[in-house]
Amino acid sequence: MSAANGLPEGASSGAPQHASNGAPQHASNGAAQHASSPLPQHASSPLPQHASNGAPQHASNGAAQHASSPLPQHASSGPLLDTSNGRPRDASHDTAPTITLAHGGGGRAMRSLIESIILPAFDNPLLAALEDQARLDLTALIALGDRLAFTTDSYVVTPLEFPGGDIGRLAVCGTVNDLAVSGALPLYLSCGFVLEEGLSIEELTRIARSMAAAARDAGVSIVTGDTKVVERGAADRLFINTAGIGVIPGSAQIGADRARPGDAVIVNGTLGEHGIAILIARNDLALSAEVRSDCQPLHGLIGAMRGACPEIHCLRDATRGGVATVLNEFALSSGVCIRVREAAIPLRPEVRGACEILGLDPLYLANEGKLVAIVPPQSADAVLAAMRAHPAGREAAIIGEVCRQPAQRVILSSAVGGDRVVDLLVGEQLPRIC
Amino acid sequence: MRFTDEFRDPDKARALVKEIDALARPLARARGTPLQIMEVCGGHTHTIFRYGLKSLLSEDVIEFVHGPGCPVCVLPMGRVDDCIALARDPAIIFATFGDAMRVPGSQGSLLQAKARGADVRMVYSPLDALAVARANPQREVVFFALGFETTMPSTALTVLQARREGVQNFSLFCNHITIIPTLKAILDSPELRIDGFLGPGHVSMVIGNRPYRFIAERYRRPIVIAGFEPLDLLQSLWMVIKQLREGRCAVENQYTRIVPELGNVPALAAVQEVFELREFFEWRGLGSIDHSGVRMRAEFAAFDAERKFSIPNLKIADPASCQCGAVLKGLIKPRQCKVFGSDCTPERPLGALMVSSEGACSAYYQYARFAEQAVEPDSGVPA
Repeated sequence: MSAANGLPEGASSGAPQHASNGAPQHASNGAAQHASSPLPQHASSPLPQHASNGAPQHASNGAAQHASSPLPQHASSGPLLDTSNGRPRDASHDTAPTITLAHGGGGRAMRSLIESIILPAFDNPLLAALEDQARLDLTALIALGDRLAFTTDSYVVTPLEFPGGDIGRLAVCGTVNDLAVSGALPLYLSCGFVLEEGLSIEELTRIARSMAAAARDAGVSIVTGDTKVVERGAADRLFINTAGIGVIPGSAQIGADRARPGDAVIVNGTLGEHGIAILIARNDLALSAEVRSDCQPLHGLIGAMRGACPEIHCLRDATRGGVATVLNEFALSSGVCIRVREAAIPLRPEVRGACEILGLDPLYLANEGKLVAIVPPQSADAVLAAMRAHPAGREAAIIGEVCRQPAQRVILSSAVGGDRVVDLLVGEQLPRIC
Repeated sequence: MRFTDEFRDPDKARALVKEIDALARPLARARGTPLQIMEVCGGHTHTIFRYGLKSLLSEDVIEFVHGPGCPVCVLPMGRVDDCIALARDPAIIFATFGDAMRVPGSQGSLLQAKARGADVRMVYSPLDALAVARANPQREVVFFALGFETTMPSTALTVLQARREGVQNFSLFCNHITIIPTLKAILDSPELRIDGFLGPGHVSMVIGNRPYRFIAERYRRPIVIAGFEPLDLLQSLWMVIKQLREGRCAVENQYTRIVPELGNVPALAAVQEVFELREFFEWRGLGSIDHSGVRMRAEFAAFDAERKFSIPNLKIADPASCQCGAVLKGLIKPRQCKVFGSDCTPERPLGALMVSSEGACSAYYQYARFAEQAVEPDSGVPA
């Protein structure tokens, strides 16, 4: 049974299409020999630069002076920053149990936080061993492919919870998708929490459970982690970093430089929902619309696509900067022109409406469950059909094709038939005045 | 989407383009240069670039001259510096429309001031700024009021509401400007050779058609008030060219679904009540233009940030290398400017027109910079 070697169930089959992999991989078998890290003990951080800040939070008492800030600029912040930024505080936080500096102090409060919230939520044998690092079985990994995929991303979204997702689900899906677009089978995640003093424990619990559920959906285990607490004002309630490891099968040769003239450009559904959902959830706009974030893991869909066409040329999830940014990256790396047709781009009417009102371009809006694929022309229909048969690709569409000239440019044929260049954004998209 | 897709129909666009070409080509041939049509409004510039309308029209027949109608673009550096001075005051929350955040002053932009700790909030309407004032009674909220007649009524009505409610911590930093004196200044320029105008749709929704009559009567140029969808613009262009072919000069209204002949009377009354003309106002790229800006009337002094706070009010000259004025008058195209794309880019704008996405140079840089490199469909598909 795959769980016995610490790998998610389904992984050991070696099959690239791990689409169906929804089974709970934290089998009851304790697999203690694959000892792993306790979340709070920072030492498990996989990044070398974190290693040096380990000292203070080893202190056995939960003393507040061990601010445990992982970043130098936080360390210098004063102890009383609670009214900084003039940010309004949720009054309910004043009475509900909250995170204090003691929870990051390495002592009893921290251990109880880990044991009461994090371990039960993430629940897997590699983590439960409470070693300083997750120990991964190489033999089992080698059976799955010939390269490791390794990635990291930090999540700082405001608000923490929004229609269609929350920061925890985002932190899992985002890193899973960064692995999956290489063709990799995503397997293991790390989870680093930076908590702002005053965060409600109830909210943290909710988010940890949401992460766990997202990890189950995505067939990955959160096997190592770290928790830091910083003073009020030094962070915006909760930041999460996840790193991920996956294995790339030998057959997958996906790269941003592989787009060829004639290739088809495909997206897996309607664009911009995450960006608009967040804008609306922030409540600064007098706009209301039923738009939910598209936050979802894509490895299953990618498995189905690779089943239909093992020769996918380019694949990338279109997060910050949207589809326009990904297309520019492909055009630049491959030295080709990518032409897209505005009329072919799938958009929900609510998203179109919000963009019309705010003067935003949906091609630049963030997605959290959308990818752009470039595939050889002869496989385009088969890939499209496979995508549409998968829940994460029901509204997939071919939106354009790869051409030769003008090289390294993305050109959009507008709804009325005129052409324009779709360039990289200079900064953030700012709503227009009138 | 209803009321949108109808105005983006590619078949109708093609038919209009064909008509425009047939009408304009003989005129352009007779004079040896393309017809120069100025779209006054930045929103029109945006539509032209966003929908690639330039690529549909033949360059040797029609040349768009992108006018001064982007309020963000024409804001002088000194005024941005004043905004930043206000925003840096710890007592003040400075509320602004989003696209004003990136406009550079001599000491950087509001976006940079925010990063350095100034309390700058992006709002979507002046009423949002008033709501911030209500929610923060212990602080002063200054709303950065800018824009042409389009945004003036909503600012005026917000001030009237603040007065009704007795809100005492809300004021405007008034930078509203008016379009008519500016058009006059452009028309008075001796080098001018613009053949006709596409009039601003949303300004006209407020002021109506009549204020433009002098353009037809005194300066003998046709002007058509235009909507903002691609077919609106093409139809308006066709109407201008038709006047030119027929040797007529008149104010015509293509945007009848929005623009009434007399404008919006209650909106104009609110503007009248709150604002009065300034002697002159400084424009980035165009210099000082008489009676081209408004300020708050004395009875609204309590809501006027210029009276309430001390503002440096320094005049900062436009950079010498900047040729925005020549681009605005249609004397050169954006790419012919000496600093276009080198010292002046959207990341580091030097001149007004590179500042906002509605500025001619920025739109040109964003959407059409590579137009010279053959954007026509190629046959890259292997056989």
